[in-house]
Amino acid sequence: MIEFDQVNKTFTQRSATGRGKSVHALHDISLSIDEAEIFGVVGESGSGKSTLLRLINALEAPTSGVVRVNGVDLAALRPAEKRLQRRRIGMIFQQFNLLANKTVAANVALPLSLHRRRGMPGSNSRASTEATGRGSAETSGRGAAATSGRGAPRERALEMLDFVNMGAHAAKHPAQLSGGEKQRVAIARALVNEPDILLCDEPTSSLDSQHTDEVMATLLRVRQEMDTSIVVVSHELEVIRGACDRAAILESGRLTGVVDIAAPEARERFNSYSERARRYLEGGQQ
Amino acid sequence: MNEFGERLARYQGEIITSILETGAMLGWSLLAAVLIGLPVGTGMYLSRRGGPKERGWLYAGLNGFVNVVRSVPFLLFVVALIPFTRWAVGTSFGTTAAAVPLSFVAVALYARWAEQTLVEVPQATVELADSLGASTSQLVTRFLYPEARSGLVLSLTTVTISMISYSTIMGVVGGGGVGDFAIRYGYQRYEYDIMYVTIAVIVVIVMLIQAFGTRLSMALDHRSR
Repeated sequence: MIEFDQVNKTFTQRSATGRGKSVHALHDISLSIDEAEIFGVVGESGSGKSTLLRLINALEAPTSGVVRVNGVDLAALRPAEKRLQRRRIGMIFQQFNLLANKTVAANVALPLSLHRRRGMPGSNSRASTEATGRGSAETSGRGAAATSGRGAPRERALEMLDFVNMGAHAAKHPAQLSGGEKQRVAIARALVNEPDILLCDEPTSSLDSQHTDEVMATLLRVRQEMDTSIVVVSHELEVIRGACDRAAILESGRLTGVVDIAAPEARERFNSYSERARRYLEGGQQ
Repeated sequence: MNEFGERLARYQGEIITSILETGAMLGWSLLAAVLIGLPVGTGMYLSRRGGPKERGWLYAGLNGFVNVVRSVPFLLFVVALIPFTRWAVGTSFGTTAAAVPLSFVAVALYARWAEQTLVEVPQATVELADSLGASTSQLVTRFLYPEARSGLVLSLTTVTISMISYSTIMGVVGGGGVGDFAIRYGYQRYEYDIMYVTIAVIVVIVMLIQAFGTRLSMALDHRSR
């Protein structure tokens, strides 16, 4: 479903004097993520986790190599086609990115209203899949919570808010919600188009443990009921181990391994972050 | 007091006419500010260095226009613009003609305010719009304006009050208005009491506009509640 093929990403940082300096964010990354998988990406700050995530929905373009989503190289598409493809990929952020002046329901309905206004074949992902002919058969097998994507935006938004147990807060504004509630609203917004893929950029980093559990439980329900592939980027190893099937470990922009996640073992000591992360994600203690 | 009351009653019609003339000049210039200044300011925000649609040549052009209009002393600007005004509205004299240079200034002022207000919108909002596949026009109308609306209203309030100040000298091209009335009767005819009444009227108008703008801005702002 998602393939990274020898991907490199270099940023040019401009100084105050206007001089450019190259920063290598990712080095020669090759990996694949399967359908309906919850895939984790772990690494310390600055390891390139978020850059890797943003390459999937083409918010960043690789400097070299190819990122394919459902066989499509998004970076090679024209801007309008790229926008259309992005509508099939939901994304949630560390700081939630809810629009403060819109109600909760309006925030969730926003993606639908964008599509309807433009009259593009993407008012929901299933329609988009049919239009582009690149979707998988599984995308049409969504759960009950996602079966009425052709309804009015507000009705559909309320349906998704019920799915994340936020239906009672539809008329509130984001400032009236807790962090965990905001993130669940953001999940509802990301899912309202029935995306094939959900990208989560540090979804629990600004939450306490209780809200973290609520958000992760919601993501697990998303996978169970909607068959959505989920990519979770986090520096919190517990979060990744609690929710993901596999995880990639990044260190200084290099992929040091992809591990299958299993149950915990006895506590051990490690000499490097990669070793500790690998052992912990494979079931060991931190 | 009787004498003052009699003069006030005598000039009542002219005071009302001058308020209407100021209203007409303000109306045209604010219409231009919203219809032209807001898009110009939005264009500057989008095309600026590091902006969502960086275009150096476009930013240089829009920024240059705004800087030139704002830097020329207004009285000189009114006179320098007379040929254009005559071409645009068929006359260089009267309230309609006065609205032309005022509109230029309102466009430039509001464009700069709008740009600065949009810069305050969190970068996360632009990132969200990109991730949802929003086009540039959707980024502006569905994300930036809703998030910046309270600031845009406050900016327009500030521009409105500035335009009242600018409009007071439009008597030089026969634009009339409250300021022109105050100068003609207060300064040229030495009827200072009439001038003070006119100034009081202007102060009240400014206070009402500011109060309305502040309340509207607060009502539109849900960032902290």
